Amino acid sequence: MQAVIDYISSNLFEGVAIILFGIGFTTLFLHPNLIKKIMGLNIMDSSVYLFLAAKGYVFGRKAPIVVDGITEMESYINPIPTGLVLTGIVVSVSVTAVMLALTIRLYWRYHTLEMDEIMQIIRKEGK
Amino acid sequence: MEFCTNFPMFSIIACLMCGVVCSVLKKNPARYLTYTLLTVLLILSSGVLAYTLKIDGCFIYRMGHFGAPFGNELRAGVLEGVLAVFFSVIMFLSVLAGEKHIFEDVEDSKINLYYTLICLMMSSLLALTYTNDIFTAYVFVEINTITAAGLVAVMGNGRAYFSSVKYMIMSLLGSGLLLIGITLLYDVTGHLLLSDIKNAVNTIVIKEYTEPFTIIIALITIGLSIKSALFPFHSWLPDAHTASTISSSAILSSLVLKAYIVLLIKIFYRAIGREVVLETGVNDIIFVFGIMAMIFGSVFAIAQKDVKRMTAYSSVAQIGYIFMGLGIGNEAGIVAAVFHIFAHGATKSMIFTSLGGIKEVSGHSTKLEAIKGAGFRNKVAGVSFAVGAFSMVGIPFFPGFVSKINFADAAAEAGSTKMIVILVALAISTVLNCLYFFRALIALYTPVSNAAGELKEEVDNTRPTLKYIMAMAFFIAFNIFAGTFSDMIIKLINKGLTMFS
Repeated sequence: MQAVIDYISSNLFEGVAIILFGIGFTTLFLHPNLIKKIMGLNIMDSSVYLFLAAKGYVFGRKAPIVVDGITEMESYINPIPTGLVLTGIVVSVSVTAVMLALTIRLYWRYHTLEMDEIMQIIRKEGK
Repeated sequence: MEFCTNFPMFSIIACLMCGVVCSVLKKNPARYLTYTLLTVLLILSSGVLAYTLKIDGCFIYRMGHFGAPFGNELRAGVLEGVLAVFFSVIMFLSVLAGEKHIFEDVEDSKINLYYTLICLMMSSLLALTYTNDIFTAYVFVEINTITAAGLVAVMGNGRAYFSSVKYMIMSLLGSGLLLIGITLLYDVTGHLLLSDIKNAVNTIVIKEYTEPFTIIIALITIGLSIKSALFPFHSWLPDAHTASTISSSAILSSLVLKAYIVLLIKIFYRAIGREVVLETGVNDIIFVFGIMAMIFGSVFAIAQKDVKRMTAYSSVAQIGYIFMGLGIGNEAGIVAAVFHIFAHGATKSMIFTSLGGIKEVSGHSTKLEAIKGAGFRNKVAGVSFAVGAFSMVGIPFFPGFVSKINFADAAAEAGSTKMIVILVALAISTVLNCLYFFRALIALYTPVSNAAGELKEEVDNTRPTLKYIMAMAFFIAFNIFAGTFSDMIIKLINKGLTMFS
């Protein structure tokens, strides 16, 4: 039992990140409502960033910003994952913006946010 | 000649700059700027290809001259050079052939934005080809997704927006999986540059982390195969291809899907190593799905009444060929797959653009009954569609034939089970291809007598423009070139693949 608790507590962030990824992925894939799909997308992306940040962080160390002269390497965390998270956030913001813009257009045209209702309307119009 | 090593960076930056400039220009300057850009790209890519052939190896361009573990690298060899030339040519011809349709379909004030999308799309295609950094690849995959969704949505009607949203959702699922795969890969190897990842894989990962590594390969493969519409994930493709203007369909089918496959091959070869992939068994899964795509894609295509939608489903089948080639697992299979990237790219863009000409003279429809006799009304489009159909079916002297021969050759070197499966699937798929392409071809060349009168006037109004004729002539020439001089191309691919890893 103690081993299980140790395992979970040492991989807490990664575990939470994977659960969140699952929630986001299924919402994006299966939920019919477009806004909730976009929420799912954001949860999914954020979970990956949590995972990355958790992997780059070492307890007891600080951000690699040198303020008062160079100290030894051991006192800093790995800065690359943080940089990747920043890049990733920029990417997911732009993707979210495009999705929201398309959603607005669809809402103006069909007055609903449900994907399956829109599909039915399109099928009816197509015939 | 040393100066040529800067060309990969120049071409990517030039695309990005032109994309930004196009967004503030009027429609005609934007159009000519894009044509100039694509011509310049063709020259730059040819320079890269010539230089790599001359030094007979690959070169690395370090961004900002920062060294290996920290800096960002571009890397170009013969294969990258050939791919860049190919992407520029097909992009140029697709945009040129569909120009009239772009001006008709897109809202007048937004035509310059279409050219912005073309420039940005080109930058992402080139970056995916050249980059040696896995996170840069991810960023450009997302740029590619956004621009492709834009290209689908340009028509501005409800259907286009819906297809675009559907495309975005599937694509984002794919990039989510790709992103977590890349994250895990970074965690176990500690590197972002593809060549460094391979060193790490060879020294530590393969002994200690086999299970995480299988998961990483599976995640990256599934992510990229959703994006390139492998069979069970293909549902977005037909809608996206049918709802957009003709150039967009050609670009989506010939270039966008291929860029992800190139990235996948690059990760397999350069970052992970083919032996490791073979050990995990992921290539067998790709193989099975590839075979299924070949057959089901063609079956779905037969069921379609609309020729454009039929061609879109045919793309699903052809993507299946490429993945099947990757899944065979031997050298010949990958060469055949890479050749099929060229063959399908050259042919499918021609078929889509020829459908543009056919659509004009058939009352703006590509339904099978509407296009009857369109081959007589628009001769250029009819001939190009025929050439494309011959190539896809596998008539000698066309690239489709050469890639089928290559796949069969690769199958002969594989194990006996795979060989039988491939040969049977190739045979079935060829017959199915014949069924639907020749049905469309027969409809195109069925003489119509009674409706001829009312369509006559329409034909006079829609004489194919000189640009369209030129683009289609180049397309046909390009295809016949790729079919007859295939030995040369395959030699280049072989050379490129050896220096790829």
